[in-house]
Parts: sequence; structure tokens; C-alpha cells
Amino acid sequence: MDKAFDVRKQTGFTTIAMACFAMLYMPIILLVIYSFNAGTSIAIWEGFSWRWYASAWDNEQVQEATIRSLIIAFWAALISTSVAVMAALATTRTRKFRGQTTVFAMINQPLMVPEIVTAVALLIFFAMIKVATGYTGLLYLIIAHSAFCIPFAYLPIRARLQGMDLSLEQAAADLYATPFQIFRRITLPQLWPGILAGAMLAFVISLDDVVITEFVKSAGQDTLPTYMLGQLRRVVTPEINAISTALLGISITMVVAFTLLSKIKT
Amino acid sequence: MAELSITEAKRQTRNRWLLLAPALIILIFAASGPLLITLVYSFLSPGDFGGVVWEFSTDAWFNVVMERDIFDDTLGWSDAHLSIFWRSVKLSLLTTLCCLIVGFPTAYFIATRPKKQRDMWMLLIIIPFWTNLLIRTFAILELIRNEGVINSALIAMGVIDEPIQMLFTEFSIILGMVYVYLPLMVLPIYASMERLDFSLVEAAYDLYATRLKVLRRVILPLVKPGVIAGSILVFVPSLGAYVTPRVMGGGNQLMIGNLIELQFGQGRNWPLGAALSITLLAIVMVALMAYVRAAGEEEVRHG
Repeated sequence: MDKAFDVRKQTGFTTIAMACFAMLYMPIILLVIYSFNAGTSIAIWEGFSWRWYASAWDNEQVQEATIRSLIIAFWAALISTSVAVMAALATTRTRKFRGQTTVFAMINQPLMVPEIVTAVALLIFFAMIKVATGYTGLLYLIIAHSAFCIPFAYLPIRARLQGMDLSLEQAAADLYATPFQIFRRITLPQLWPGILAGAMLAFVISLDDVVITEFVKSAGQDTLPTYMLGQLRRVVTPEINAISTALLGISITMVVAFTLLSKIKT
Repeated sequence: MAELSITEAKRQTRNRWLLLAPALIILIFAASGPLLITLVYSFLSPGDFGGVVWEFSTDAWFNVVMERDIFDDTLGWSDAHLSIFWRSVKLSLLTTLCCLIVGFPTAYFIATRPKKQRDMWMLLIIIPFWTNLLIRTFAILELIRNEGVINSALIAMGVIDEPIQMLFTEFSIILGMVYVYLPLMVLPIYASMERLDFSLVEAAYDLYATRLKVLRRVILPLVKPGVIAGSILVFVPSLGAYVTPRVMGGGNQLMIGNLIELQFGQGRNWPLGAALSITLLAIVMVALMAYVRAAGEEEVRHG
């Protein structure tokens, strides 16, 4: 019997799609595999070992960069999510207001302006402040990261707010709840998956940033990605693979958790 | 009563701006404000050791595409800059084209899966997109470098004696950019493909259309907004790419992003760097406006 005619088939498309998935994952999988290499090569397999994880763990520069990355990502996620919650509350469920377009343009600016341009702008501006105040601490990096994390935190929170049922809040208002009580007891409990999703996205985005950090950081303020970028010029050992694998693990866990969180129904 | 609603409206407006204030302050301080200062800097004179001298000058803008001959003071096009602009545009267009060739069939494949499977396939596209760009660039680098996986395997099999030089070429930059930006092509094409009505395709087949004709005359026109959106989403970050050309091009194959960085490092010409940044931003804004238009068209079409 003839196979039924499939209107959805296009010759060769499935092959290309499979090649596409293979191409997306093969380099990452190889990177992970060679992080367990016993030898010093990133391409010749010499048996399984944890030695590069141990050596990365013992590497003082890696330790410092990791701690710095985590501190910056923590504060950037906290700050950007808090201000994004407030901004989302202010911009959803209201009619069009004066200055709305400007507000949206400003919030989304970090998504639209090329990273290198933002990086250069921050370099120029912070150089002025550094000269004026003499302060060269981590605060510059934390503020820069908070700024470009805002749209990433804002978008899932806003999406959540827009999908929420208003009747519960109206009922609470009818029962003489104050606006703050309504927010704490009604809105916030429904909003938390969105907030958590936004915070996780912001954390990952901050943790992964290379370009802006590279331009804003003062001497000796390497984060894990800028440390890795500096190492690429030298002879690389699987230690870099081990660090990459650890970072990949964090990112993938966060993305999967983010996807699951955004599916929770209101 | 009317008075009450006016004060109520005023109160709402005040609350709204109070809630918006923290976000806007951070953004003014670390996004919009610095951008304006960059614009100002592009009209100043360079300091001897980086930084600027506060003297008005249009030299930086002039130097974006022109240069004065150091010997006889004649004006001419800046070949070095123009060739870097040309390379940036060329590599970005080629990257977009390659992403389209691979991304379109992939989006089509996902859109034609049973409904339950689609989310799983899309997650497979999204995961690499959210993982560190540097790590993904690095993964490709390990694959194609002289002592990398491909060359080692080919030498071990006896196909070649000397490693093939793939790294630090324009090819390696395109490969790296296609690899990191491919999800940006698949996502919007899939979004319009998902809503494609396959009864139209069936009707075309009933009218004796070939598969190629159906693709060209029915499917492509219907998902065109998605294709345009995807192309712009890939083209824009490619044009402003900094990490990928730095890692994959090894300092020989500069793109605009690297040229900008150079002005703040060895070049010590901050105003020129600022002017180049604003130029890049302007090009990107034009492309994004085209994107907004394509996205709008999409919405009208699907109502």
C-alpha cells in the first residue's frame, strides 16, 4: 500500500533540522567530555579524571573570580528584580499614560543598544566618576549589571501581572483592604513565580556577561567570564573546560527552572 | 464628585511615578545617561593618554570614514576603517544567510511536530541561547583550532599531515556567529510558522502544486514577517559583535566592535571611539525600526 501523502513534508528539511540540533549540541558536549580528560590536551582523550576540576578548585584566581561573579550576580538580581516589580506594577493594568513610550524605551534600552556601545558609554561615564571620587570598588559593576538586568527581570514579571485575575483584588478592596494589604496578601502570592523567574533570569544574565564587565572593571576585578577571556590567549588546558562545564551547569539548571516556573498557572 | 476623581487621578499618577522612580534612576545612571555623555565625547578632542580634552572638535566624526594624509595633508577615504566596516557588514550578512538556511527548515520541522512534542524541541533551541556566549564560542574554538578535535581526528585518521588552518579566518568568525545567534533566527520563524494554516498547503497540493511551489508560493509568503524578524535579530547582534570576532578572529580580522575597543586601548582616541559607537548605534536603530515594522505587520496579519 502506498504511504499516505504527507502535506507537511518538505524534502530535506528534517535532515537539516537534525543537523542543526547536532551542530548546536555537539561542541558543548565535546567541551564537557574533555573537561574530564586525564591528559593536558583539549582534543586527545587520555582517560577519565577529575584532575581539572580539582585544579580549577585550587586555583586562587578562579576562586576569587567565582566569588566576585556570584556577589555581583546576587546583588544585580536582587536590585534589578526589586525595581522591576515596582516598575511592572506601575506599567500594567493602567490606561496609556503620559511618558509611557519613553518609559518602555528606557526599560528596554539594554536589549536594543549593542553591548559594546553600552560598555563604552559606561567606561567613559565611570571613568569620570572614578577621577572625581577616587572610588574604584565593585559598586560600578553591580550598578552596571543591575541596569542591563532590569528588562530581563521586568518582562516575565509583567507577563505574569497581565495574566492575573483582577477580581480577587477587587474583592479585597470591597472588604476595605488597604492598597498595601492587597499587594501583600493578594497580588504578591500570585506574582511570586514571575518574580522568581525574573530574578533567576537576571542572575544568569549577570553571571554570563563578558563585554560590559570587561570595560567597566578596574584592575584586579576579573569575573569568571573575563578571567576565561583572558586565559584564551594562552595555551589552554581542560581546566577552562572544567570551569565552563560548571558555569553551563548553573545556566542550564536556571533556564529549565525558569521554563517550569513560567508554566505555573495563576 | 468630579473633584474627587481628579484628586484620585492625580494620586494614581504620583504613585505610578514613585513606583517607576528606582528603575528609572538606575537606568538613567547606567544606561541612558552614559549614552548621552558618549555623544558629547564624540565632539571633543582626544587627550594624550586616553580621556578627552574639553575642546569642541568634529575631528572624531570626520575620522570615522575619512583621514588626512600625514605627509601631504590631503584628504582621502580611510581605507582601514572602510575595510573594517565592509567586513562587519559582509560577515553579518553571511551569518544571517547561513542562519536562515539552517534555521528555516529547523523551525519548519518543529512546527510540523505533534503539539505535545513542540515545546520539547523548542526548549532544545532555547537552552543554548541562554547559556554563556563566551562558553559557546569557546566550544566552537576547541573544535576547529589547529590542535582541536577536528584536526586531531583528521591527522589520527591519516587524512591530512598538517592541521588545516580554520581559526583566525573570516570563516571561523562566521561559524562562531552562526553558532551563537542561530536560536534568534529559529524563534521568530517558529512563532509565525506555528500559526500556519496547513489547509492552505493542502489546497495547493489539490491544485497540483509541487512541493517546491508550495514552499515558495504558499508557505514563504505566509511566514515572511517571521523570516524578516529573525534576519534582523541575527543581523543586529552580529554587526555589533565583539567577543566572537575577538576570540575567533584572533586580532587579525577586526569588526566594528573591535575597532571601537581599540580606540579605548592602544588607540587612545576616546572621541573617535565614541563617534564609532554612535555610528554603530544609528545603524542598529535603523535595523530595529525595520523589525518593529515587520512585527507590526505580523500582528495585523494574524489579528
